[in-house]
Formats: sequence, structure tokens, C-alpha cells
Amino acid sequence: MSLLREIFENLRSFVATVGAVALFLLRTLVQVPRALTRPGLIVAQIHNAGALSLVIIMTCGLFVGGVLGLQGYDLLQRFGSEDALGTAAALALIKELGPVVTALLFAGRAGTALASEIGLMRATDQLSAMEMMAVDPVRRVVVPRFLGGLIAMPLLTVIFIAIGIFGVQVVGVQLLGVDAASFWSQMRAAVEVSDVMEGVIKGVVFGFVCSLIAVYEGYTAVPTAEGVGRATTRTVVISAVLVLIFNYMLTAVML
Amino acid sequence: MRSNRAVELSTGLFVLLGFAALFFLVTQITNREYLTNGGSYTVQAQFENIGTLKPGAAVSMAGVTIGRVESIRYDQSIYKAVVDMRISSQFNRIPVDSDASIMTAGLLGGQYIGITPGGSEEYLADGSRIEFVQDALVLENLINQLVASFSQRSDSKGDN
Repeated sequence: MSLLREIFENLRSFVATVGAVALFLLRTLVQVPRALTRPGLIVAQIHNAGALSLVIIMTCGLFVGGVLGLQGYDLLQRFGSEDALGTAAALALIKELGPVVTALLFAGRAGTALASEIGLMRATDQLSAMEMMAVDPVRRVVVPRFLGGLIAMPLLTVIFIAIGIFGVQVVGVQLLGVDAASFWSQMRAAVEVSDVMEGVIKGVVFGFVCSLIAVYEGYTAVPTAEGVGRATTRTVVISAVLVLIFNYMLTAVML
Repeated sequence: MRSNRAVELSTGLFVLLGFAALFFLVTQITNREYLTNGGSYTVQAQFENIGTLKPGAAVSMAGVTIGRVESIRYDQSIYKAVVDMRISSQFNRIPVDSDASIMTAGLLGGQYIGITPGGSEEYLADGSRIEFVQDALVLENLINQLVASFSQRSDSKGDN
């Protein structure tokens, strides 16, 4: 009986959390038009979420592309079709690996930074101070960070994909000797603009999810050192799980 | 103020890099180039069976891709699949009595439409229809024919 009650309690708190996130999202979206009047704040957050994540995204893109080149070549040459390496790797990068790996890195690099920053503002009463000065902390702090992440994430995704394809090309063509002409021409013949759009749409959705989770967790963090730490951890874990679930659903819808 | 400039500069670089990457993906990785240089025209063909042909599949002559399958629909009044093909305008001398057949690229490859030129002096234009078609090979039908011919042979043997 107590087990049943526990399950019921957990379910209830889960539903309540979903509701709280939805209300928080609503509060954020309502403030978006007014936050747009101060683009400087958003630019600073694009810098924080995007430009500062650029090096890690590019490095990871290069190596993910490289390992795709190695594995793809090893697999495809068993069927004597190593010329299809460009197609296989490009489609894998554009549709799945690019958006998902970028989102996981983004949650780890930018999401945690957002959550801990806002959490620390909460812990040091900066948010209350703003409220006291009649400055809405959602508009001043949350919305620019949310929008910055939302804008930065798709850009990071396409950069990751482009660098990844470069990595595949370095390993496949330069190192393993796949014919460069058939590598590129087969890739071009197989990849459609709609495939690229699929990757971009995934980037936008994941940017939305990761940014929302990060600002929500930071904003609702328990105002102690431990609470901020827990908010940071929860940001990474929840973002990663949600990204993978959303990825499955988006793929199922768009395939 | 100086650090503010630096932030703007690096953000601008980041955004430009993102759009450059998107531009690279859309123009260099995808296959839209031959349809954008010069126009294209559409021709139609009706097949009894299209197999696994999909929109976007290649239309080729002598192995060279000259266009793409634009749409496939089923026409109830003639019980046939109607395939619209968009062909690049630079290939404007395809005889009207040409033959369109659905072929398979490689053992595992997808299906495409191969056009074999006929002998007419008139050429296909926008909206015209290819009359001579060859349907996709359906493996089950092939096997059925094979089995039928074998059993026929063994029957005739039994008579002797």
C-alpha cells in the first residue's frame, strides 16, 4: 500500500513539475517582446552560450567525423561500397549525430553555466534585489539567456555538422584513400536540402529544450551552495534525457 | 567598453561562422545545383508498377543524371501510377518515342528511371508524356514465372 502511495506521490510531483515548467515557459515567452528592446543583453548571451562553446563543438565535431570515417569505411568496404562513405557519414551527421551530440555538449557546457549562474544569483539574493528595484528578473535575466541559447544552438549544430563532414573527408579521403570525386558526388546525389533542414529543426528544438531546462533549474534552485550544485547536475541529466527522447520523436515524425 | 567590443566581435564571428556552415551544407553537400542553373521542364510517364521508386530518385540517360522524379501519384481512372519527372532544360533533345524504364542501381541501391532514346525527330517538351514504359521488376512475379516454367517443363517430361 505504501509502495502504491509512493508511486502516486512521485507521479503527482512529476505532473506538478511539468506544470511548473510550462507556467515558467509561459512567463518567459510573455516577456520576450519586451526583452527584445534590449538586444545587447541577448548578444551577450549568444556570446556566452555560442561563441564560448565554439572551440569544444569544433573539436568534438572533427573527432566525431573522423571516427565516422574510420568505422564507416571499415563497415562499407566489407560490401565493396566504400565510395558510399560520404553519403552514409553525411546523412548520419546531418540527421542524428550532429544535433544530438551538439545538444549534449551544449547542455554540458552552456546549460550548466546558465543554471549555476542564475542559481547563484538566486542564492546571493540578486534576483530578490532586482524585484525590489521593480526590475522583473525573468525579463532581465531569464529571457536573454533563454533566447541566447535558442539562437546559438542551431548555429552550433550546423557548425558541428560542417566540421564533422570535413573530419570524415580527412580520414576517409586523405588517410584511407576513398576516391574524392565519388565521395563528394555520391554525397551530393543523396543528401537533400530537406535533410539539412531536418538537422536544423532538431537543433532549434534541442536548443529550446536545453535552454528552458537550464534557466528553469537555475531560477528555481534552492538558494544554498548544495542547491545550486544540484540544479546544475539536474540540468545536465534532464537535458540529456529529454534531448534523446525528443530526438526519437522528431525522427519518427520527419523520417 | 573595450571588453564590450570584444564580446560583440566574437559573437559576430560566431554567427557568421554558423551561417557560413549552413551555406556550405545547403550548397556543397546537397544536389540542388543542376536544377538552379538554367530552368527545367516536366514530363510524365504512366507505369503499371513503380516498385520502390521514390520522389527525388534520379532520371538518367546513358547513366548520366538529367533530372529527378518530382512526384508520384496513383490515378484511379487508369489504375496506373503517374510519375512526374523534372528534367534540366539543357537536356532538351529527348525524342518523343523514348522509352522510360524503372531500374535498380546496384544490388542494394534504390530505383531510378532510365530513359533510352528513340528515333523520332520530335523532342519531349514541358508537359508531354513518355508513351513507352517498362515497369519495375517485381521479384515475386519473376519467381512465379520461373516456377511456372519449371513445372511446365517437368509436366511435359512426365507425359513422355
